Amino acid sequence: MPNDLQIADRAFSSRLIIGTGKYASLDLMVRAIEASQAEMVTVAVRRVNVQDRSEGSLLDHLEASHLAILPNTAGCYTATDAVRTAHLAREAGLSNWIKLEVIGDERTLYPDNEALLEATRVLVADGFVVLPYTNDDPVACRKLEDAGAAAVMPLGAPIGSGLGIQNPNNIRIIKEFASVPVIVDAGVGTASDAAVAMELGADAVLMNTAIAAATDPPAMARAMKLAVEAGRLAHLAGRIPRKAYATASSPLEGVVGR
Amino acid sequence: MHNAQRESGVEIRLNGDAYELPESLSVRVLLDRLEIDPRRVAVEVNLTVIKRGQYDTTIVREGDEVEIVNFVGGG
Repeated sequence: MPNDLQIADRAFSSRLIIGTGKYASLDLMVRAIEASQAEMVTVAVRRVNVQDRSEGSLLDHLEASHLAILPNTAGCYTATDAVRTAHLAREAGLSNWIKLEVIGDERTLYPDNEALLEATRVLVADGFVVLPYTNDDPVACRKLEDAGAAAVMPLGAPIGSGLGIQNPNNIRIIKEFASVPVIVDAGVGTASDAAVAMELGADAVLMNTAIAAATDPPAMARAMKLAVEAGRLAHLAGRIPRKAYATASSPLEGVVGR
Repeated sequence: MHNAQRESGVEIRLNGDAYELPESLSVRVLLDRLEIDPRRVAVEVNLTVIKRGQYDTTIVREGDEVEIVNFVGGG
């Protein structure tokens, strides 16, 4: 399908990728994923609780739905830790796709550009399909692409902030520069934010908190699905130029009484 | 190795905590003991990821640092 999202060797008909964190229950998560019609979901890699095995496996709940699983390196603050986590994720999930996060600051969770680039190089050489979570910086994105990233994932705003796209112009420029897919990752608060990202030309949007922490996650998931589709369609349709003054929509001739 | 003569079992670090085993044993047996489904996790011994095909042949010994991870909800 020409309208599919193509990342590396895989095609997706959905341009919405969602996270699996922060849901009040696994059942709610499953229903939200269904409502979103996402075809790829992110997961985190963490130590197994060896004392208490009652929690069960997240994969049991995800595998039935034939979703692509995209493990992340969330919580890693060095390239070494991120690379180590990626290798564990590959063995746990038997897939070489990784959402690469190397965080540089605890309060903003902004990426450490230098370490992110280094980890990207190492993982690409190790045969991974690397999707780095990055600043909304066109130069950083270009460097990641040059290093072999399969997509670039600029943030719209800090993770979990719900602030929406803070620098729309940068997202537009990143898309203009990039020859790999641009996935706006983080910062979305509500449906209009997702639509804006897509209208700016993003190839996809990745979000977690906006759905998982909404009052009604399945309803918000559906709103996000529709917003991503609407934004994509509007982008392809070509919006009108912005003008300072009015242009009448109705004919100027034949007005009664003139 | 210097602890090999100890009467009790072998002590390893498991996910960052001290953990006592009766004897050196394979990764497969360790996972069995912990009631962990091997298809759902990844195992690292002394910073090396152990491929699933090597669970029987990789032996966990005194002082080894073992990490067992799985997928949890995340963004």
